Amino acid sequence: MTAIATLRGVSKTYQKGKERVDVLHELDLDIPEGDFIAVMGPSGSGKTTLLNLLGGLDKPTVGTVTVGGAELSSMSNNQLSRWRSNNVGFIFQFYNLLPVLTAQKNVELPLLLTNFGGAERAKRAQIALDIVGLADRATHHPRELSGGQEQRVAIARAIVSDPTLLLCDEPTGDLDRDTADEILKLLQTLNREHGKTIVMVTHDAQAAEYANRTLHCDKGTLETREAA
Amino acid sequence: MKYLGLIWHSVWRKKIRTSLTILSVFVAFLLFALLSAVGFAFRGGEDVADAERLIVLEKVSIINPLPSSYQARIQAVPGVEAVTHANWFGGYYQEPRNSQFAQFPVRPYEYFTLYPELQMPEEQLRAWANNREGAVVGSQMAEALGWEVGDRIPITATIFPKTDGSMTWEFDIEGIFASDDPRGVTNFMLFDYEYFDEARAHSRGQVGWYILRVEDGADPVAIANAIDRQFENSPAETDTSTEAAFAASFAAQFGNIALIVSLILGAVFFTLLLVSGNTMSQSVRERISELAVLKTVGFEDSTVLGIVLSESVLIMLLGGLLGLGTGWLLIQSGGLLPGLYLPASTILLALAFMIGAGVLAGLFPALKAMRLSIIDALAVRA
Ligand SMILES: Nc1ncnc2c1ncn2[C@@H]1O[C@H](COP(=O)(O)OP(=O)(O)OP(=O)(O)O)[C@@H](O)[C@H]1O
Ligand SMILES: [Mg+2]
Repeated sequence: MTAIATLRGVSKTYQKGKERVDVLHELDLDIPEGDFIAVMGPSGSGKTTLLNLLGGLDKPTVGTVTVGGAELSSMSNNQLSRWRSNNVGFIFQFYNLLPVLTAQKNVELPLLLTNFGGAERAKRAQIALDIVGLADRATHHPRELSGGQEQRVAIARAIVSDPTLLLCDEPTGDLDRDTADEILKLLQTLNREHGKTIVMVTHDAQAAEYANRTLHCDKGTLETREAA
Repeated sequence: MKYLGLIWHSVWRKKIRTSLTILSVFVAFLLFALLSAVGFAFRGGEDVADAERLIVLEKVSIINPLPSSYQARIQAVPGVEAVTHANWFGGYYQEPRNSQFAQFPVRPYEYFTLYPELQMPEEQLRAWANNREGAVVGSQMAEALGWEVGDRIPITATIFPKTDGSMTWEFDIEGIFASDDPRGVTNFMLFDYEYFDEARAHSRGQVGWYILRVEDGADPVAIANAIDRQFENSPAETDTSTEAAFAASFAAQFGNIALIVSLILGAVFFTLLLVSGNTMSQSVRERISELAVLKTVGFEDSTVLGIVLSESVLIMLLGGLLGLGTGWLLIQSGGLLPGLYLPASTILLALAFMIGAGVLAGLFPALKAMRLSIIDALAVRA
């Protein structure tokens, strides 16, 4: 299996006033293309930091991050913006939809950065909403949707520009068990049927069951455990 | 502009707050339009005044008459190209409140030669000159009173009864004149001095003032002095000044008003910047995480800056165009004051103000949005 993402000797240090916080320490990691990885670990162990590095939202203090052949650690901010819009989709715990836009317009947002015309953007947003099972809610605003539905819209937004990599930070952290299971099944489908590589941070061991492997993050190091 | 939908919806995020902000922009630009038009009207007389046209008044008071015999003597002064005279008639049409529309007995051909900015068809001028009881009316006055060529209208005199004792003078409207300068005032009426002088019961042979034009290249001040010297120590001494100086001294009385107008507008726009600047910074503060999401999905920092600035400019344009449009309608309808006028330069200035104020009010919030760090912004809620 080829690796879609590679971390080599990655360290991340934050300066909090005079105090230095070593969040990640000389990390090496390969993420195979098409994998579905859960990342678990105690609060503050650096899980979100790892996702930020993989998604080009942040740069390592030391080391290299290569995703899909692009070396993120050496790119400018604008280059990273453009790279993100084409190569990676983000899903957050609190959905982060724009309340003033309908579901469909929220999904269309990443496409505003492409050269697609309005009709093409609408068509692609419809397809993405269809994949997450919300085709009939296209004209609803976020406040008219349940938490689970909002998260589906957020997933549609993450996949609309057809990135290979999906990064999810506690995507079910705010949902009840049944809704969480539906979202996790949806992620599983995206992984198995649409070939998306998924890295999902979670505190929930049951959620991690949906992944192929679980990485344990602790004190800046990672330890792998294969799914049963 | 593919971001327009996003910008439009973001502007209306808080409908009441945005409406109130737009209302204050509306009021500011309505005031701007009205006060500019009024200020412009005050300055107008000075700007249209012709530096080569001189006015000869009786030295002691503008209401004292001058003998009509002065015309030939003024004409004889070297450098005088043409001269004519006018009187204040002081009548009104139907009701005394219509006396804002003045009437002047003048000499038809001479008067129109001295005032080339007044435009009237040649045949109307001829028809007027050939009808002793004829009159011509400025377009502003004709429009206000609903007069047309061919109407016969009675004017009630307040100063000049006719020889038969009647106070009613009837005239045939033979022509309507306009000014080639949009600020030119045409709310007055002219009729034939010859007829006036024969038909009036008293003061025959007296004129109100003389109007003259100096030859090209002649020195208006020297000529004015020469005229006044000629009539020194006579029973009716004269005071000659350029029309521009006459208008300027008239406008100077309103100088303070112009200053007050500027101060009011300054205060209004300062408040406007505070109000809309506050709206924009609240709006940015409320959606830190939303702006971070835009950046996460790939919007560049400069695009986010542009979006927030556009929101601010859009609010200004919405309120500003409404205010300016309403002001324009009010001015055009003449409901406030007849003869007000909003020049294109003021409209362009207002548009520049809208965009400028929009950028200024949105600048700091937009910079804040641009500099926003995705990681910090998203960590706020987690
Ligand atoms: N921008 C920052 N500046 C300073 N310190 C930071 C910053 N971001 C994260 N940290 C620190 O880095 C450490 C790891 O943070 P991170 O958010 O990656 O943890 P996490 O594993 O995602 O935790 P949680 O499960 O609570 O989300 C924490 O100690 C945090 O305080
Ligand atoms: Mg985290």
